[in-house]
Amino acid sequence: MLSFIGRRILIAIPTVILVSIFVFTLQKLLPGDPILVLAGEERDPQVIELLRAKYHLNDPLPIQYLAWAGQALQGNLGVSLRTGVPVMQLIKDKLPVTLQLAAMAMCFALLIGIPAGVMAAVRKGSAWDYGATALALWGLSIPNFFLGILLIFLISVQLNWLPASGYVPLSESVSQNLKTMIMPAFVLGNALAASMMRHTRSAMLGVLRQDYVRTARAKGLLEPRVILKHALRNALIPVVTIGTLLFGELLAGAVLTEQIFTIPGFGKLIVDAVFNRDYSVVQGVVLCTAVGYIALNLLADVLYVVLNPRLRTR
Amino acid sequence: MTSTTRGLHGLARATALAAGLLGLATAAHAQQQLRIGLAEDADALDPHQARTFVGRIVFTSLCDKLVDVTPDLKFTPQLATSWEWAPDNTSLTFHLREGVKFHDGEPFNAEAAKYNIERALTLPESRRKSEISSVQSVEVVDPMTIKLVLKKPDVTVLAQLSDRAGMMVSPKAAKEMGANLASKPVCSGPYKFVERVQNDRIVLEKFQDYWNKQAYSFDKVTYLPIPDSTVRLANLRSGDLDIIERLEPTDVKTAKSDANLATASAVGLGYQAININLNNGDKAKNPLGQNALVRQAFELTLDREALNQVVFEGQFSPGNQYFSPKNFYYDAKVPIPPRDVEKAKALLKQAGVPTPVSFEVTMSNSPRSQAVMQVIQSMAQEAGFDIKLRATEFATMLDEGTKGNFQANQYGWSGRPDPDGNIYGFVTCKGNLNDWKYCNPQVDKLLDEARTVADPNERKKRYDAAEEILAKDLPIIVIYHESWIWGMKKSLQGFQPHPDGMIRLAGVKKS
Repeated sequence: MLSFIGRRILIAIPTVILVSIFVFTLQKLLPGDPILVLAGEERDPQVIELLRAKYHLNDPLPIQYLAWAGQALQGNLGVSLRTGVPVMQLIKDKLPVTLQLAAMAMCFALLIGIPAGVMAAVRKGSAWDYGATALALWGLSIPNFFLGILLIFLISVQLNWLPASGYVPLSESVSQNLKTMIMPAFVLGNALAASMMRHTRSAMLGVLRQDYVRTARAKGLLEPRVILKHALRNALIPVVTIGTLLFGELLAGAVLTEQIFTIPGFGKLIVDAVFNRDYSVVQGVVLCTAVGYIALNLLADVLYVVLNPRLRTR
Repeated sequence: MTSTTRGLHGLARATALAAGLLGLATAAHAQQQLRIGLAEDADALDPHQARTFVGRIVFTSLCDKLVDVTPDLKFTPQLATSWEWAPDNTSLTFHLREGVKFHDGEPFNAEAAKYNIERALTLPESRRKSEISSVQSVEVVDPMTIKLVLKKPDVTVLAQLSDRAGMMVSPKAAKEMGANLASKPVCSGPYKFVERVQNDRIVLEKFQDYWNKQAYSFDKVTYLPIPDSTVRLANLRSGDLDIIERLEPTDVKTAKSDANLATASAVGLGYQAININLNNGDKAKNPLGQNALVRQAFELTLDREALNQVVFEGQFSPGNQYFSPKNFYYDAKVPIPPRDVEKAKALLKQAGVPTPVSFEVTMSNSPRSQAVMQVIQSMAQEAGFDIKLRATEFATMLDEGTKGNFQANQYGWSGRPDPDGNIYGFVTCKGNLNDWKYCNPQVDKLLDEARTVADPNERKKRYDAAEEILAKDLPIIVIYHESWIWGMKKSLQGFQPHPDGMIRLAGVKKS
């Protein structure tokens, strides 16, 4: 098991290096001079020269990359060109916010998607199945930003139940935090719930036709036990793969959701950084996201092994 | 009990706990606090390093400056109680307010003021250098008087000191923290810094030793950046915010129809324009860039009032000069030309260019810019112009602008209280914002002279003369002046709209 994980990590290292080179060069190809944005409306020539020198933007690209990568290896991703705050600090501040949002969205997705998928598969062709499928179609089709604004108008402006946007840290007030996060988490989890439901349904349908399920039934096991213990456990393997991959997508979806609900998370950080040509923040955040994504894939591999012991021998 | 049912019970308990926690939401705060919705997040909170408009809104409560500006753009005392120019306008003396303290308890005096102006001129990260570059030295005349000695007569210095260049930070804190002062700014304004969470909020609390603290009624002021204008308004309507800036003109009706809300507006100091590449690289080589008659014809196709009605529901102000028609420096001899398609066609004929005259306008990808340009595109088409529109992201447009990679572009200027700030950099031969490379020595001479004359009437003569030349050369075709529109709770009393778009909290209270 350990050597399996070790091997996977070794494979991940070159991927991270490639990603870092890609991130660094790609963003230099972005049109627009960051210094023009940073220099402010007045574009004072003295300030422009000084900023170029300060951020080594006159150096050749490989030298810039090596300097950055060297610092990044030591955990220093530089400071935000816009506000002067260390990028590492920004990531530390913003990542938990987005992770909380994504985790809550995942909870919504699991709580809605898996039961609905199981029900749809077990009662295939019934009103349950059609109802769940229709709901999934709705969930997949409605864009995040539209659902978000719709909910803000309904729940915050008309009914005044929840704040329209903003964020209160968990450490400050748990109840206020949940109040601000529940709507965005639902919006973010919505599409995911729909695709979870579809995947669970098809996986369950496949598994329910298997011989061992028929055997379990023939043994006289109760139907809930057959479904939940025997069928669902196996059906969950592809769902876990999809789930971990979708978790990455959640982080991407969080970009829009955080913009709409003004949640100071990772997504909002990167969008603002791109628009302000805050190179160091974009580089740091994208690198972290990529490393996170690679780590999640690694986690998925490990989870397969946990769920399916046969893989351990390979 | 099976494991499944146990799981379900656990889930039910967790849901109940979450619901219970939600029910514990706290009610209204006892402290008088104000929550302000901003259209974007501020940058560095150090007045010498800062560059954003919203940053200035925060500084209005955080950092006092030597002089302030009234709604009719007159300079008024703040940290300086009075000032006088030397007869030849080569030095400016400020008499400073007694009994003022910085937020760290340090006293404000002539030494502190001198330190600040020198910091603005020398701090490597300072964005204020060019604004006060005519200052040669600062002399401490007595403990409460300073004298700014200038390299040459420059009356625009006073206006610069009414903004960030004139804001005073605590010398002790600035020496200790250097450029890092932005992380914990220490000024002398009515509110002091508490905390900042980037992209989320900036919190200030009332400074109890402020020299004019009775004018300020809130104990705590929180600025929340909410870029989406619809969401900003939704927050105001749901009661989460007390006041928002930059209400969209198209949302004014909605805000006015809400019984709990009020709106206020002021025509801004800036302008929005179409800038034409006259001499910056090969892209300038087209009839529009090379022939003033073609530019005049293009201007005549514009119906600025119709544009204002169609795109902005009449909330903005049509304009054709670098100052709005309400501004003292507006030249009444050059009024907004009415749309005249026939005359435009005649001018094109006179210019001898084949029609349609085709050119490309680069604009930012904001819905507003695109709507404006689409209306203009169809207006100009009738007179024989074929305009191609290219939407790009703002940073890219700026970059292309400096490199000359544009035929015409559409963007504006946020405006300055002194006329020089709205015009000099854009149309003088060596102006650092003159991306179109317009150069007319006569205009340069007039604008240079205007910098040396203190009497507003005398200065206006120079600006009028320059305006008359610029209205013919048309390197920049001003289209309209944006209004700052604020939405606020009706219970908020005493808010005074300023053309600089700042939110000044003196005299504002909740009824």
